[in-house]
Amino acid sequence: MLLTLQDLTVRRGLCPVVEAVSLTVAPGECVGLIGPNGAGKTSLLRGALGLLPATGHSSLAAMTPDARARAAAWLPQAREIAWGISVAHLVRLGRTPHLGRGLDDDGAVTHALGRMGLAQFRDRTATQLSGGEQARALIARALAQEAPLLLADEPIAGLDPAAQIATMRVFARLAEEGGAVIASLHDLGLAARHCTRLIVLSAGRLVADGPPRAVLTPDLLAEVFDIRAHLSDTPDGLVFQPLDTLHHHGGF
Amino acid sequence: MIPEPTPKTLPDQRALTLWLLALVVALFIASLVVGPAGIPPGRGLLALFTGQGGAEVLVMREIRLPRAILGLAIGASLGLAGAAMQGFLRNPLAEPGLIGTSAAAALGAVLAIHTGIYASFALALPLMALAGAGLSVGVILMLAGPRGNALSLILAGIAVSSLAGALTSLVLNLAPNPYAASEIVFWMMGSLADRSLLHVALALPFLALGAALIATTGRGLDALTLGEDAAASLGINLTRLRLKLVLGTAALVGASVAVAGAVGFVGLIAPHLMRRAVGARPSRLLAASALTGAAILLAADIATRVIAPERDLKLGVLTALVGAPFFLHLVRRMAREV
Repeated sequence: MLLTLQDLTVRRGLCPVVEAVSLTVAPGECVGLIGPNGAGKTSLLRGALGLLPATGHSSLAAMTPDARARAAAWLPQAREIAWGISVAHLVRLGRTPHLGRGLDDDGAVTHALGRMGLAQFRDRTATQLSGGEQARALIARALAQEAPLLLADEPIAGLDPAAQIATMRVFARLAEEGGAVIASLHDLGLAARHCTRLIVLSAGRLVADGPPRAVLTPDLLAEVFDIRAHLSDTPDGLVFQPLDTLHHHGGF
Repeated sequence: MIPEPTPKTLPDQRALTLWLLALVVALFIASLVVGPAGIPPGRGLLALFTGQGGAEVLVMREIRLPRAILGLAIGASLGLAGAAMQGFLRNPLAEPGLIGTSAAAALGAVLAIHTGIYASFALALPLMALAGAGLSVGVILMLAGPRGNALSLILAGIAVSSLAGALTSLVLNLAPNPYAASEIVFWMMGSLADRSLLHVALALPFLALGAALIATTGRGLDALTLGEDAAASLGINLTRLRLKLVLGTAALVGASVAVAGAVGFVGLIAPHLMRRAVGARPSRLLAASALTGAAILLAADIATRVIAPERDLKLGVLTALVGAPFFLHLVRRMAREV
């Protein structure tokens, strides 16, 4: 198992924002973590990594920081690039846990840049790229870490459609190569098409966990997301299209 | 299709370091041979190394050598501390005094002048300044908490700076006589004049300790480019990094203020000058900024002797006079680039 969570609970003050979540993630899985705003997706990922104080057990949080950095890469939602360093140097920061261990750091950087379609950007100043290009460079940074598990918080928000699909393909590919990805997503259509498994959080609790077809039922969409949607199997795979809100909770 | 702009090739890092080193060595020698005594450079250097030449040996060894060493070491310290602080806070406006150490060290020194104990024991002033710096570090770490982030550190620094500044004003306010008051004011302007090898011996261990602590932060500062959360996920122990930074900066700045008074702008300007040349990487900036700081301070100290040898132009006044317009120029250039 690349990740084991047992009764993981994260509190903000007294209020639990993630409550007693248990799950395991095995090699080969591309997991979409879905749920409405404020469901606790970010807190679950950060708690699992040990970046937020949590109770219960997380196999990652139990590791030393060095070992964890080699076991799991983390792509935060905030896309921060503080200095105008080159894209190659930015991506190379992903090698931080490996430096001085005699590994092929340059190869890993080149490979990650290639995967995110940034090969010709390597000498550009990272802060001068567009927002979407910066997001891709930061994903490449996480890929260069070459950890078996990648945790990504809304990695495709703000990317153009081609980059969104390409990024989901990269994640699926990582899983096929024997790694695993857990990505929090709001685009349920892309989640349905590219993930092998969906985990649904609602108000801090894990309410559904399984293959996309089994998870995205009309009842769950109504209960958790307050929407109804069209879902069908096509020759191109699963097609999911949200249609309308249900205003169960009054809407806006 | 719009052609890709040709990538800016970074100047070779080693060449840059060598150029800076050569500049610092040249300025160090210039600092040794320039002075009101009017000793010809060749004779002065000969006297310094061989000890032959009576009064010239005394001038070279007891007056100019400590001054040149302090200019080099303090300039390097301020440049290094500035680069580390900017890297840690991810803010190009950060300067080493931000965590309150310089204000606290100045308060200690001012108290030594006010109480008059430094008249009977010359090292009382730098020692009390060091005590002030040490005290400020304790208060900072207590205020900012063991796990506090960059923001809580800045706020704690502002609180300590304001308090130390207010207390310094109080001491000035209560000065027993105009002489004490003017002495305090002149000391606060910063100077390297009339420092002895004892000052060097007192400051160097702290400067070396501070430099050693900061030198180990390069990898952490680089990782912080991605923010605190990402840096932590890359295996960087942020608590330890922050402790090293606060202690290292305090040792560098505290010892600098203790022997030279407040010399502004070097810690702010030196990292700016070198940032582009090192490709903006915080770890590479440390050494380049230290060398640049040394060059700036040596040059400024030589200038105080050349511009107005009779008037005892204060070093801190000169660095601020030259530094502020230069800083404005940098800000304007930055604003155009954004």
